[in-house]
Amino acid sequence: MAMADATEQVGSETDSRGRLVTSDGTPLRRALERANRRRKFTAFLLVAPLLAFIVIFFAFPIAQMMWRSVDNPQIVNALPRTLDALQDWDGRTLPDESVYAALHADMVEDQERARRDQLIGPLGIRLNYELSAARSAISRTARSVSDFEAPYKDAFMDAHRLWGQLELWRVIQREGRPLTLSYYVAALDREYNEDGQIVRRDENRQIYVSLFIRTLVLSLAITGMTFLLGFPIAYFLSTLPMRYANLLMIAVLLPFWTSLLVRTSAWIVLLQQQGVINELLVNIGLISDGNRLNLMYNQTGTIIAMTHILLPFMVLPLYSVMKTIPPSYMRAAKSLGATPSTAFRRVYFPQTLPGIGAGGVLVFIISIGYYITPALVGGQSGRMISNEIARHIQQSLNWGLAAALGSLLLVGVLALYWLYNRLVGTDSLKFG
Amino acid sequence: MSMPAYYTTKDKVWYYAFRVICFSIFFFLLAPILIMIPLSFNAQPFFTFTREMLTLNPEGYSLRWYRDFLGSESWMRSIRNSFLIGIGATVLSTTLGTLAALGLSRSEMPAKGLIMGILISPMIVPLIISAAGMFFFFSSINIAQTYLGVILAHAALGTPFVVITVTATLVSFDQSLIRAAANLGASPTRTFFKITMPLILPGVISGALFAFITSFDEIVVVLFVAGVEQRTIPREMWSGIREDISPTILAVATILVILSIALLTVVELLRRRGERLRGLSPQ
Repeated sequence: MAMADATEQVGSETDSRGRLVTSDGTPLRRALERANRRRKFTAFLLVAPLLAFIVIFFAFPIAQMMWRSVDNPQIVNALPRTLDALQDWDGRTLPDESVYAALHADMVEDQERARRDQLIGPLGIRLNYELSAARSAISRTARSVSDFEAPYKDAFMDAHRLWGQLELWRVIQREGRPLTLSYYVAALDREYNEDGQIVRRDENRQIYVSLFIRTLVLSLAITGMTFLLGFPIAYFLSTLPMRYANLLMIAVLLPFWTSLLVRTSAWIVLLQQQGVINELLVNIGLISDGNRLNLMYNQTGTIIAMTHILLPFMVLPLYSVMKTIPPSYMRAAKSLGATPSTAFRRVYFPQTLPGIGAGGVLVFIISIGYYITPALVGGQSGRMISNEIARHIQQSLNWGLAAALGSLLLVGVLALYWLYNRLVGTDSLKFG
Repeated sequence: MSMPAYYTTKDKVWYYAFRVICFSIFFFLLAPILIMIPLSFNAQPFFTFTREMLTLNPEGYSLRWYRDFLGSESWMRSIRNSFLIGIGATVLSTTLGTLAALGLSRSEMPAKGLIMGILISPMIVPLIISAAGMFFFFSSINIAQTYLGVILAHAALGTPFVVITVTATLVSFDQSLIRAAANLGASPTRTFFKITMPLILPGVISGALFAFITSFDEIVVVLFVAGVEQRTIPREMWSGIREDISPTILAVATILVILSIALLTVVELLRRRGERLRGLSPQ
């Protein structure tokens, strides 16, 4: 033990200048400092393996993914000469022949590259994010570009009409930089206009802002529902004697411990058109066979299933706070003349606020980034932002946009987590 | 808890109404999970009770979905995968997490808040973001679609639970025991295995259980990082729900519910043992 070493070394000797020294003559202060440093170092050594592991396999991959939201190498790599030639272009008329000649030189060189470091494909995909049809313009041009002869301007315009349009050239000039904001511009439903200013998109092409808002609204609704359902049972559990409370706690803990996919499929079984709830309602004659309720593949399905899934996260912190509130406070309030509702409102409820805050922020943080349940029971209207991120990674392959959406989500969640930490502190996180 | 004798009629009505409300909420919590158990014995390929089932006619019940499950190569592989990946991830995250918790609970640990923040971040960051990040990174170092990749990913997700539970156990750990052991001549290693480990073992085990459950139940990272070979039980259920929906998933679900009841019991017993050992509750 480092501390034992330090204590062993401490003697009551003093050196020539009257300072306390250890038995081997080192000044006591230095010996203690050294022992302290060593103890700090051993403590850090214990943490270091996990820290390195998390940084390499968790933090770094996320940072790398977020980097994709601003990383913009495709145009710079593929068209260096063209970008040089475009530097003084005013954006009002088509570029002149020298620019097209540079473009020709760039594309011919790109075509000659080995297959594995191709530049033309990524260039087309990158331009297509900004301007649909740009990809086909690039690939069609690339096929014949080595046969082009001067004047190149006409040759390019013959190959694809887009080369004769200002729009494509504006995109090349604007995005011909190693870093870009365009993914964030798209993620916030904005676009660049002709003058290069950022403006709102057309009404019918706005997707993400409303999706963020829907995610927030759904998460709030789910948090509200878990509070409405969680508060009474947490209170009830906290008033019961330990024996009964532990028994009933199973009702909260069993869902908590049950696989997420199991709980989601349970709700699919219940909520489908041919599912248990609809069959029951039809059989007891509350609804007719033709008017079965649409409980699933919409927001209702997402809210019901997620409320059920996240309810334990609300009940557990509430319960642990309510356990600490002495019942004598309520009795005192009543004996001083408060009606039960006043006593509850003015004495009991304020004391449960830390629990409500903890549970609420926890449920909200979890639901805002939820993916599985909305994907399975949410249908189109119950989709959340996570589903859109997954779609861009797996289907549309617009990784920059996925990274931008993900970064916005991450910043939101981290801000909420900071709030949670201020409210309760991570130490109070407990499971089961 | 019985009703006090001085309750007025209004109090009594509220007393019963409140209980009815509470029990309906408990019903809401439990019913969806429990209802799958009888439905998994359905003889028909429906997700609802048939007339035969409701009249308790034995014809209405069968084990065909369990036979389906046990006879299916892909389900059996998913069980193997889930346990292989779960155990691998648990061993890794428990070892690293326990060591880190021991360091973090020392008072001389520098930059504790910052390090704690980084270590528990896998629990905070939305899974879709972790999964996407790992997908890109693991592909670039060629461990995507390998067991190693999924195990590393799940270990990262499981460590916060180990760190938090073991740190919580260490709060009530009497540090003077370590000094006493050192004083009596035990080496740090011997002290760790003879003194520290037995006392924090309940915390380590429940942390390990959490890590295992995290991996066992995890699907988002599996969707992104795992290949066909590494499909786990949740991944197989996901395709079951999305592609061909058959009551086989109810049979699987029933087995998983029984498994979670067993786990719940283990955790509860561990908690009680831990409390008893630390003298928090009278025996």
